[in-house]
Amino acid sequence: MAVCAALGAGGFYIFTAPAALEADYASDLNADVNAGQLVFAAGGCVSCHATPGAEGSDKLVLAGGLPFASDFGTFYAPNISADTTHGIGAWSLDSFALALTKGVSPQGSHYYPAFPYTAYTHLDPQDVSNLYAYMQSLPASGTPSKAHDVGFPFNIRRGLGLWKLMFQSDEYVLQGNLSDTVARGRYLAEGMAHCGECHTPRNGLGGLKHDQWLAGAPNPSGKGRIPNITPAKLDWSEADLIEYFTSGFTPDYDSAGGEMAEVVSNLSQLPQSDRAAIAAYLKAIPPVD
Amino acid sequence: MNNFLKIPFGLGLGIAVVATATFAASHSGKISNKTVAARHAQMQMISYNTGLLGAVAKGEVEFSAEMVNSAATNLNILAKMDGATLWTSGTEQGAVDGSRAKAEIWSDAAGFADKFAALEKASAAMIGAADQDAVKAGMGAIGGSCKACHESYRGPKN
Repeated sequence: MAVCAALGAGGFYIFTAPAALEADYASDLNADVNAGQLVFAAGGCVSCHATPGAEGSDKLVLAGGLPFASDFGTFYAPNISADTTHGIGAWSLDSFALALTKGVSPQGSHYYPAFPYTAYTHLDPQDVSNLYAYMQSLPASGTPSKAHDVGFPFNIRRGLGLWKLMFQSDEYVLQGNLSDTVARGRYLAEGMAHCGECHTPRNGLGGLKHDQWLAGAPNPSGKGRIPNITPAKLDWSEADLIEYFTSGFTPDYDSAGGEMAEVVSNLSQLPQSDRAAIAAYLKAIPPVD
Repeated sequence: MNNFLKIPFGLGLGIAVVATATFAASHSGKISNKTVAARHAQMQMISYNTGLLGAVAKGEVEFSAEMVNSAATNLNILAKMDGATLWTSGTEQGAVDGSRAKAEIWSDAAGFADKFAALEKASAAMIGAADQDAVKAGMGAIGGSCKACHESYRGPKN
């Protein structure tokens, strides 16, 4: 009995161990701050980490604090400003890359997947390096991060190792032979912009249902639904989609609102070719009713 | 005997109270539904006139000073509408079917008014646009005012 428990605990310990970095971030990555700004926009970092209610350039003070209600408790976006005590100002590029692509803190504990590292895992090392350089150039804020309000058993972070085993994958959802444009769109939509985090429904454990990719989901706020954006429901042309990502106007001149208005503010900073790539990707994903 | 009388009286009073409350709710509910419908009509008018300008900006419709001025003037008037009969309290999302108005409209009334003021300003700047390029240039501010308001004050699709 004791042996079984010991084996079980040992197995839990092994299977839940935080992953290490595979990519090499040390060798000749000449970081480009301007390119990093575009990764920052595509990644939507501001949408969650800016101080709630901040406008204009104040949005670049990534002091955190925005609450995210979920079935597991309330998560609070942490301070990821360049502050060396309360933010990420003292982090190495390796620590940053580990956090972003593996969801592991510099101290070796798992982050909750409210932080979309399951999407950022697709980022290539050059983009991670550029983003790191850009974020280190942003203002510091001494506001301490707020502790998450999550109850047992979800407050045992080691258990997230099991969650990662089940739901974290380097594989893209959309597979097959893709044109360069659609492949770029997939990198942006499934990786950087993490569209699936809101537009794909989740199972009871909070894992994304890949067979209903981007097919819409209940709004975590409890009001309304996040729409199905597969070709089964979204009949806009690629030009319509590009216009929406640029100005926020729908084909009938309604406009983006709520969280999606933030997303449009981010996407509108990208090159037109990237918005076109996301539009092409949305036309290429399987229709789900 | 006393008790026998009391109970039906209490029940009767209770029923009367419930009946009155139900009547009040359905009565004000009818008005609230019309209020929300009127707001949607205002938004529909804004969308229609913005759409005309957008079609000119995109080159789908040929530039006409008369049409552009009319659309811009209408937008300006729509932005200036007195909100007292439109944005009545108790008509937020969840309280009235079809409403997507966020509670912040009432808790941050000044901020909400600023957003309509932004549309008023952007539409005024569009009046007198000389050509397609000028319309294109003015669309950013108009679209930005729609988006900024919907970002803070409109709830998700029902």
